[in-house]
Order: sequence, then C-alpha cells, then structure tokens
Amino acid sequence: MTLLAPSGLRVAAPPTGARDESEPLIQVTGLCKEYPLAGGGATPVLRDVRLAIASGEFVALMGPSGSGKSTLLNILGGLDTPNAGDYRLAGQAVAALSPNQLANLRNRQIGFVFQGFNLLQRSTIAENVALPLLYAGVGKAERQRRARELLEQVGLGHRADARPNQLSGGQQQRVAIARALANRPPLILADEPTGNLDTQTSEEIMALFSRLNVEQGITLLLVTHEPDVARYARRLVRFKDGRIVHDGEVNV
Amino acid sequence: MSWHAAPAEAWRALGANRLRTALTMLGMIIGVGAVVLMLAVGEGARGTVTQAINAMGSELLLVSPGASSSGGFRFGSGTASTLTLKDAEAVAQLATVSAVAPVFHSGAQLVYGPRNWNTTVYGVTPDYLLVRSWSLESGQPFTLTDVRRGTRVALLGQQVARSLFGDQDPLNQTIRIKSLPFRVVGVLERKGQSLDGRDQDDIVMVPINTAQTKLFGNPFPGTVRFITVQARSAELMEDAEADIEQLLRGRHRLAKGVENDFTIRDLTAVAETAAQSARAMTVMLGAIASVSLLVGGIGIMNIMLVSVTERTREIGIRMAIGARHRDILLQFLLEALLLCVLGGLVGILLGMGGSQLVSELAEMTVIITGDSIVLSFLFAASTGVFFGFYPARKAALLKPVEALRHE
Repeated sequence: MTLLAPSGLRVAAPPTGARDESEPLIQVTGLCKEYPLAGGGATPVLRDVRLAIASGEFVALMGPSGSGKSTLLNILGGLDTPNAGDYRLAGQAVAALSPNQLANLRNRQIGFVFQGFNLLQRSTIAENVALPLLYAGVGKAERQRRARELLEQVGLGHRADARPNQLSGGQQQRVAIARALANRPPLILADEPTGNLDTQTSEEIMALFSRLNVEQGITLLLVTHEPDVARYARRLVRFKDGRIVHDGEVNV
Repeated sequence: MSWHAAPAEAWRALGANRLRTALTMLGMIIGVGAVVLMLAVGEGARGTVTQAINAMGSELLLVSPGASSSGGFRFGSGTASTLTLKDAEAVAQLATVSAVAPVFHSGAQLVYGPRNWNTTVYGVTPDYLLVRSWSLESGQPFTLTDVRRGTRVALLGQQVARSLFGDQDPLNQTIRIKSLPFRVVGVLERKGQSLDGRDQDDIVMVPINTAQTKLFGNPFPGTVRFITVQARSAELMEDAEADIEQLLRGRHRLAKGVENDFTIRDLTAVAETAAQSARAMTVMLGAIASVSLLVGGIGIMNIMLVSVTERTREIGIRMAIGARHRDILLQFLLEALLLCVLGGLVGILLGMGGSQLVSELAEMTVIITGDSIVLSFLFAASTGVFFGFYPARKAALLKPVEALRHE
C-alpha cells in the first residue's frame, strides 16, 4: 500500500487562503446545543464547550452515551447547527455559511466515517467512493481513476465492482474511509468507526487511520467507547453531561 | 452534480425496484394511451364531418317551400307547393348567385332483370351536379336538352348501381323506374354519408321534367320540392339569401307583414354547427382522458413520497458527503420525470395500437395527428415535473443529521 506516491495524494495546505499558521484547524468556543422536549422545555446536550484542534492532530473523543460527543461531531461536520457559540473551521465561521456553502464544506473539507458504514447499497464500491467527486463536479473519467486509486490505497483495488453487501464489515469501513478521502479533505470525522467490527478488524482500521494521520497529515477526530481504539490517538478529550472533563494525554 | 451524471443515477434508482417502477409507470401508460386514443377518435369524427361537409358542396343555400295548410290543418315545412321551375330560373338571374338547381324527388321502385331496389329518384337539372361538386365515375351527364325534352335517361348512385347490377357495367343498360324504361347514361361517383347520416349514394337522377311529367305526375305542374342555390362566394352568402327572399316575396306577391311561404337555409351554417360539435367532442374526449393522466400523476407523486421516506438515510448520506439541496431535488425530480417520459412513450405506442384496434373493430375513422402525440408527451412530462416536485422538495429540505439518523 503506497501512501506517499502517486502524485497528488498528499493533502494540500489548508485551503482557505492565507491564515495565521498558529490558528487551529478547529476552534470551538461557548458551544451550546439542546434538544427540545415534547412537553416543552429542552434537554441540554452540549454546555459551553470550548475546544481547539490543530492541523495534523489525532484526537479521540470519549464519554458515556448521551454525553454529547456525537452531537459535537455532527456540529463540527456541518450536519447539525448549535444553539449558541462559535465554531470556526480553518478560520471560517461555519454559522455564517449558506446551505450550499455548507454542502461544499462537507464535500471538500471534511470526510465522514460512520459506525454503520453508510454506503449506498445499490451502487458498486467504486461508485460509492466516487460519489463525493460527483458532487464536486469532477468528470467521469477522473472520478473512475481517482476511485480506483483510493480503493488501492485501502487495499480493495481488486473489489471495485463489488456491492457493499458482498464485503465484510472491515472491508466496508475501508470503502467508507476511501470515500471520506475522495476530495482530499484536511479533516476526517469518525463516529465510532470500529463500533461494528471485531477486535482484529478494528486494529486494522485504526492502523489505517494512524497511517493517514502520520503520512498524509490528515487531522483526525474520532468518537469511540473503546479504550483500545482511543489508544491510537495522541490526544484524548473526555465528555460528561455535555461538558469536557478531560483534555490531554491518552491515559486509558 | 453534473447534468449528465444525474439521469444515470435516476435510471439506476428506478431499476432498483422494477416492479414498483413498472406499476407506477402503468398509470402513466394508461393515461397517455387514453389521451392519444381519445384524441384519435375525436379527430376521426371531425374528419368524417369535414368530409361530409366537403361532399355536400360549398356556399349552398337550400330554398324549400313553406308549410301548407288545408281546412285549418297546418302541415310541416316543405309540404306546400309554392316553388316552381320559373322561380328557380328567376333566382338564377341574381348577381349574387352562381348556380341554381331545382329538385323534384320522390321514392320509386327500380327493376333491372330479376333484381329490384327501392330508392329516391331525384329529378334535377345538369347544374345539380355542379352545385353538389359531384362528378361521374363513368358515362356522361344528361344535358339541358334532355331536361327540356323529358328524355328517359338516368344517372345511378353507387349503391343503386351495385344493388341492381352487381359487378356488371350498368352503362347503356335499360332499367325500369315505376315500370317506365330508362337508359343508364352514367354512374355517379361515391359520395358517402351526409351530415344527417343518410347514404347519399342510394340515389337515381333523372331530368327534372321527366320526373315531374312522366314519372310522378305532378298535381301542381311546374312545382319543385326544393331549390339548391350556390352563392357566388362565401362572403356573398347573406346577400344572396336576402336577394332570394326579396325576389321570391315579389314573385309570390306576398304583402308586407305576410309570412314567407318558403324557407331559406344556409347549409354552410349547418355544416359549421356539425363541425363545432365534432370539435367539442374531441375536446371532451381529451378532457376525460386527461383525468386518467391526472390519476397517473398522483400515483407517481404517491410513489415518489414513499421513495423519499424509504431513502431518507440515503439522502442523509448524500448530504453528508456534499450533496447540495439542488442535487437532491434534481435527483428525485429526474426520477419522476423519467417515470413519466418512459410511461408516456409506451403510452403513445399503446394509444396508437389502440386506435388501430378501434378503427378495425368499431369501423370508425381514427386520425392520429402529430400534434396529439406531441401534446400527450408534453402533458406526460409536465405531469412528471408537477407531481415530482413536491416529493423532491421534501427530500431536498431534509436536515442532514435527521436524515442520517433515520432507520
């Protein structure tokens, strides 16, 4: 598996023009999120969250169910909006973006990896991988070439025409990772990516993430329940009741 | 998403659930098929009427005698014997009139060899063929000399010729009309049905004098049953009508305030009415068929809504990896459009086949026009856009995070 060659595979410098090198990739301040209850009132999920992640970091988010870590991930990925607070991605205030700009952000700046893989079952895995390129307006020939290249990169070049349900869980997650890499985003958000996988496969997936982080400098933010998985990260953020209770070394 | 990639995606989505796609399309197929068929039937009816109008001759006025009365009983119009050959000759002198054909007709039994046939015998002048734009299939028309002399010559309509002669050539054969011998000098061209559904080919024409004096014995010598008048042009129809009225009132010495003892009918107006009702029928049939198209469209909306619900997660995934609102909108809109366009194409073929079947089984004239095909197709496509828009919009406006959470 070659990660440095061929050309163009390396992540480009942060995309939004000239910005302060010391500024973090993700900058969150005073972030609040609550979900309205059926009988009136609201459940707070995030309470005044403050978090900064620099470019090239590998961060694990841990915490009990309902502690708000997935909600934070959704907000960071532009899938959900906070009730209050400021979120800047690469210096850009995300709240100020139009729906189309937000879609563009998800398309080019962020790669998502989900617990349930979330592949389109009707499409081949090559088509799944090429889908972000389709929405980016890349031509057909280039889409196919790039999809094949990405599948090679995750070790599935020989299964390009298979359907997701013909692959094992680990293989499907590799496809999802290849898809997340399609537009060479600087940031990958993974929501319990090994939650559906056995230990050995989990290790393979985590090794792949580590390589992407080390060799391509991709910033990784990973939600997990499993201490074994969190150990691959270089920084640990613990959540409890919508607040960060630990931010620092991985000591699990 | 690029424009050329979207149709392929839509095609794949439709292919994923073939039975449902086929059933949804069936609504469209039946709708469009019905529109094509009904328009073809309506156009056919219109064509038949137009043909009948053309066969009738153009710019025609029909002058018939008024109602007769006897001892306080009034009979129907045309029963009086107030119109004469002299009236016809006088009308022919009018500047607004180009041809005049007085007619004296009655029913009679025809005999040729062992066969006989009952038909209407028309006593006419040579001009009758002119005003009715009726030509001969074979032989020669009789002349004014024949009319003056009361010669016993006859022109046979197609139906009469076939009934009496079968495949034999009737020319120069002698038939008997009311036991008087007549020589067949010509056979009339086929004319088809009249507007009121009579078979116009069931006719025999003889010189009018012959009919009046030798054949039917007229109680009022010189009277005719009606006079067909051709105006010089379509614009002069009303003038001609007024001229004839004035002339005949003068000739019949009708004082001011006395009712006309004749009636003048504008046959063009009659034809116009018939054409209008045929047009109305086309519109009505088309409208009825459109209802089934509407129902088909609602079926498509229904299925697309189900599809959006079923594929909420897929929509969420697409949004998570960068699909914009309009990408999702376009995707679902194209699916609906593709359903309608494919259904529409099949429906057009079905409608054409159905029209063929109707024309053969019901022996009706059907006319499939290019317009009706284009119209049905556009109708189908706009149904797709119209009924596809709401579900597509619903899909596009889903919140990514909620769509992703959908099971």
